[in-house]
Amino acid sequence: MSKKFRPDVDVVEWTGAERPYDLLKEGFYALIAITVLVAGLAALFGSPDDPAVTLKQWSIAAPVDFAQTAFSELNGTSDTATYGAPYNTNSPGQALGPLHIAQLVGVHIPIAAARDFVLAPLEALPANAQLRRALHEWSGASAAQRTTWLAHYGAVAPGMTFSGDSIVTASSASGPVPEFINDLTLMARSGALDEALLTKDSFYTTDFTKGLLFLSNGAYLTDQANAQHLLGSQWGMMNETGTYPGQAWLWLYTFWYQIPPYTTSGNADILVGATMGVLTVGLIFLPFIPGLRSIPRRTRLYRLVWRSHYRREAPRA
Amino acid sequence: MSTIDRQWTTRLRRGVERTITLDKALPDTQPSYVASWIYVFGVATVSALIVVMATGCVLAIFGPQWWHTSTVGHYVNSLHLWGVEVFFFTMVVHLWGKFFMAAWRGRRAVTWMTGAFCFLVSTVTAFTGYVSQSNFDSQWIATQAKDGINSAGVGAIFNVLNLGQMLMWHIVLLPLVLVLLTGVHVAYVRLRGVVPPFAEEAR
Repeated sequence: MSKKFRPDVDVVEWTGAERPYDLLKEGFYALIAITVLVAGLAALFGSPDDPAVTLKQWSIAAPVDFAQTAFSELNGTSDTATYGAPYNTNSPGQALGPLHIAQLVGVHIPIAAARDFVLAPLEALPANAQLRRALHEWSGASAAQRTTWLAHYGAVAPGMTFSGDSIVTASSASGPVPEFINDLTLMARSGALDEALLTKDSFYTTDFTKGLLFLSNGAYLTDQANAQHLLGSQWGMMNETGTYPGQAWLWLYTFWYQIPPYTTSGNADILVGATMGVLTVGLIFLPFIPGLRSIPRRTRLYRLVWRSHYRREAPRA
Repeated sequence: MSTIDRQWTTRLRRGVERTITLDKALPDTQPSYVASWIYVFGVATVSALIVVMATGCVLAIFGPQWWHTSTVGHYVNSLHLWGVEVFFFTMVVHLWGKFFMAAWRGRRAVTWMTGAFCFLVSTVTAFTGYVSQSNFDSQWIATQAKDGINSAGVGAIFNVLNLGQMLMWHIVLLPLVLVLLTGVHVAYVRLRGVVPPFAEEAR
């Protein structure tokens, strides 16, 4: 029994005329043409290379933003401190329906914000009697006492200023907290914090996780990105600094971040990921999806490609 | 069946000989319907990939900091970047062209699927390049992208904030996968041939 011919799946294999074709010559000329095109574009437009932002640069340009971010690390309210997996267990993370996928995978890059971003760098500072006493006072205090200090400092932190090369707040019963915030700010302004936040256990490192997380918890990095029109709401993920095309091929991924419900959902990232996952599976298995695989035949745009073929065929028909 | 007939090498060679004959691998004719500029974009994509790989190799020879401090290095980086832009442009035109030709017809679904995988692997490869630039762009893109990747539980093994890890993915693992996939894709194009036009009824 012969199978029914399915026009979106089957073909009548070609037995008609052939024309000469030199595969290697075509490949060679294409390579030359593309190389010339790329060389020309590179010479005309170059490539962007805005220097990386450092913690030193941030703390000098915006010391109050830096100090308030440092305090948010210490009192556990920063984005990283409340992130959840893979950094800590302080949040269940984003959910896809009932599934908190990141939480299920667990903590694989442990970050304790107060210790990693504030206390450990301060402990690494050269001998400073006042700071030593402050650290000793902190380590000897109960959890309740620390909470009280942090609460008192939190009450005056919004009015914080930077004056006379130090962080200034209204006086409060904050224990060692003002010393921590001021010393960490000065440490950052000296450039020492950039080094202290490198993730390493030896001389070498290539891991900038801690520094980047700290940087991203403040407003400074976002302000720089906003000035370059790189925010998520500005299709930022696919753009890069300057007027370069960036990752234009990510337009569909970035598109979802511009429309509801993704713009209003607390689970936007995983929802966009799931949406793109479904579309990706659709792209891969398109030849097997009825309806979608019929679009080319129904739109007949293929006639633009094969117009000379159909012109030749027309008299026979 | 002799010992020689049973051994893996013999069976592999015979399988390859049966499957991809030399006249399929290096044809000197094409069906007459293969006569459109759209067909150029497949070979243009492979050409752009070669440019990207070659410029990437030069960047690799001198190390990740070179292009920040050297005029020549910056130009090579520009070649790499524009190579990628041209690569994606030609690939996307190729993809749309193949879509509107319904190029999966006639036992060519694997050709389509390996091509789609090439596109996906290319996007991840390019992304790891963007976060490996060690400049402001890479800082911003990495800190923004981490949330999407972490939310899917992937951040545990694919940490976009770890420059060393991203650079290894970008210059070793993903190019290896992409080149292998491209090889399989091109082999299937040669094996199955270019999809014939739709047979149209007389109107």
